[in-house]
Amino acid sequence: MRDVSKTIWDVIVVGGGNAGLCAAIEAAEAGAKVLILEVAPKPYRGGNSRHTRNFRCMHQGPLSVLTGDYDPDEYYDDLLRVTGGKTDETLARLAINTSESCLPWMEAHGVRFQPSLSGTLSLSRTNAFFLGGGKALVNAYYNTCADLGVEAVYEAEVTHISLEDGAFTGLEAIINGETYDIEGRALVLASGGFQGDLDWLADAWGPAARNFLIRGTPYNRGVVLRDMLDQGAVSVGDPTQCHAVAIDGRAPKFDGGIVTRLDCVPFSVVVNKDGERFYDEGEDVWPKRYAIWGRLVAAQPDQVAYSIIDAKSAELFMPSVFPPETADTIEGLGQKLGISGTKLRETVEAFSAACADGDFTPTELDGLATNGITPAKTNWARPITEPPFYGYSLRPGVTFTYLGLKVDQTARVAGPDGDLLNVWAAGEIMAGSILGQGYLAGFGMTIGTVFGRIAGQEAAKHVG
Amino acid sequence: MLDNPSTTATAEARRQIEICNACRYCEGYCAVFPAMTRQRAFADGDMTQLANLCHNCRGCYYACQYTEPHEFAVNLPAALAEARQDSWDRFAWPGVFAGMFQRRAGAMIAVLIAAIALLFGMALWLQPESGEGFYAYLSHGIMVALFTPAFLFPVLALAIGVRRYWNEVGGEPVHFADLRQAGIDAASLRNLSGGQAGACNFEAEDRFTNARKHAHQAVMWGFLLCFGSTTSATIMHYFLDWSAPYGPLTPPKLLGVPGGILMTIGAGYLAWVKTKADPSLGAKAFGGEVAFTLLLGAVGATGLALYAATGTGAVPALLAIHLGCVLAFFLTTPYSKMAHGAYRFAALVREAQIKRQSRGGTES
Repeated sequence: MRDVSKTIWDVIVVGGGNAGLCAAIEAAEAGAKVLILEVAPKPYRGGNSRHTRNFRCMHQGPLSVLTGDYDPDEYYDDLLRVTGGKTDETLARLAINTSESCLPWMEAHGVRFQPSLSGTLSLSRTNAFFLGGGKALVNAYYNTCADLGVEAVYEAEVTHISLEDGAFTGLEAIINGETYDIEGRALVLASGGFQGDLDWLADAWGPAARNFLIRGTPYNRGVVLRDMLDQGAVSVGDPTQCHAVAIDGRAPKFDGGIVTRLDCVPFSVVVNKDGERFYDEGEDVWPKRYAIWGRLVAAQPDQVAYSIIDAKSAELFMPSVFPPETADTIEGLGQKLGISGTKLRETVEAFSAACADGDFTPTELDGLATNGITPAKTNWARPITEPPFYGYSLRPGVTFTYLGLKVDQTARVAGPDGDLLNVWAAGEIMAGSILGQGYLAGFGMTIGTVFGRIAGQEAAKHVG
Repeated sequence: MLDNPSTTATAEARRQIEICNACRYCEGYCAVFPAMTRQRAFADGDMTQLANLCHNCRGCYYACQYTEPHEFAVNLPAALAEARQDSWDRFAWPGVFAGMFQRRAGAMIAVLIAAIALLFGMALWLQPESGEGFYAYLSHGIMVALFTPAFLFPVLALAIGVRRYWNEVGGEPVHFADLRQAGIDAASLRNLSGGQAGACNFEAEDRFTNARKHAHQAVMWGFLLCFGSTTSATIMHYFLDWSAPYGPLTPPKLLGVPGGILMTIGAGYLAWVKTKADPSLGAKAFGGEVAFTLLLGAVGATGLALYAATGTGAVPALLAIHLGCVLAFFLTTPYSKMAHGAYRFAALVREAQIKRQSRGGTES
């Protein structure tokens, strides 16, 4: 590796995921000399973009692999619903309105799409799926960067940003165990959230956070975010808010990604470790509900829950990466799951007794609800009576945290005394402005692409 | 029969495909992933079918978020390649030859040397008293006596192998529509086209290129042209009373010369891109595969050289070398990489059959 501290870079991009790569490409195409500092080793490059699979895209008619149309107001309404209104309308509408022109730009820079994946047909109108998933997108962008002469350094941990009088002057990074001072004329921060730092999560959440699984990349430890906040950068977002879903409790502690998902909840009863139900499992179709279940499970004792189905439902959802626990009796299943079999049997029997006759339709809200139990299950409530019985443990799986840096419409970072002169931010590090809570599938990539491109253009304009 | 598939490469491929089935990001690359999503559990025969459907385009590997050092350690192209090669060993008849040439360059070279020596010996000691063209050195009767069994034996061996394949994957009676679809897929190498990427990953790692597909097309079509050349000559000899040597504007030459050129260049190109690609994404049979590719190239190149040398003193030696290459190629076919053509085609037929049945089609 050549000594990157011997060059004064036009634009330094911290973080080589989707947002950082989009910024680097835009800046390099505008003629800037660009350096990407990526903390992960090459096989894990790309941050959480490695785990993504699609891009939520506004469009006025069929576009690439997208069917029909998805107008900006419908898109914004979808965002309002998941965030409960906790969003910055100006930035959100900017992301939505710009998404349509991003898709052809992505294709022109090497990203390939594919028709909606099996089991995700409900997203074929709103979300464009990457051929091969997010890692293929990351590969395409790194190749584009290489062709544009962008220098990318892996295993480069940025530890401090030097700010003087509201302007960036350089940064400190550890590369191959040695500390370097690297100078640049503009800075793009695209280094993600802090979910890889369990101590920080525990500060925000309390000790329960130590039982969370980190479904996203472990390399986002929030070092740069913390450094910027310590220097007075304005923060947005609540440190307890994050993209957290309920995932297979046996998933790896870090980096489990998509395969750790469990889609069985709507067809199951979910109990906590005391064998008690705690929420309506059938409130809505799973793609609209999976993002709240992380927090629901996080609120249970020991941050664990158990989803129980019977033979009738075994093939109604995507296969799980780990096989379920299986038993011929509910009591036996409880023992295998490590909870009271007697209590589980009582809960499941009470639930089954509360189920009514009616037509069961797994693909849509069927109104097949329980009577007389609390909490009710309002759709897909069928008695759990047919052996063998299957059980999965559930734990909260955090993909990324929402606490971040405040930016304006040009992605410029707000400092203690107004906007910083030459610092922009894109991707998860600023997504908290738009995602106050909840999550909308594919929107993280939209925010990263839109603001990454803006940040790169603005940074290049500044050094122009 | 060799190892039980439940305990070997098939088990590892099954472990990986179950991870893939929970992910499904790669559905757009090739037929393996849509075929996978039709199932939740994978019997040994299902794995054999998926393994032989895989063309090793490697798109899924470079896109995979679970490759090493991730603890899931997914490397599906390599896992399926190993399961595929193990399956050819199980299907090989007679089993004693299983994997002998497919995995071992040395054995391939030994057969080649023996075959060339045999042809030299025959040309030396069995030279006819009279004859025209090649038949001045080896009589037509001797060539037929040698090559008829050398051709029919591999055909029989492969037919038995494919029958074993069909039983293992649970194939059903074939409709014409299945053969037609498989023919289109094979002729276009659709599964090396990477869906919307329009190319695959091979010698340029995570960049998409068509080098391997183009090289394979040259070899495959060159081989088929050469096969057509030989077939046309056989027809001319036996049914039209028109014996060799044939002039430049006859079917054997019009098919054979371009075929030989395509096969020679294609095989060289194919072997070259193979040396550039990451060996850890394929089967552990690099030497045997490269030796086979070069043997195919040698069949084409020596055939062209022989034609170019017409009327010179080099003909007897070149004839022995060329026929030696052809003999070695035929004899090793059921146990060399060449066998993949038969099993891959069977897999494409089975895939077309399953898709037709799932559409409820009745065309025949």
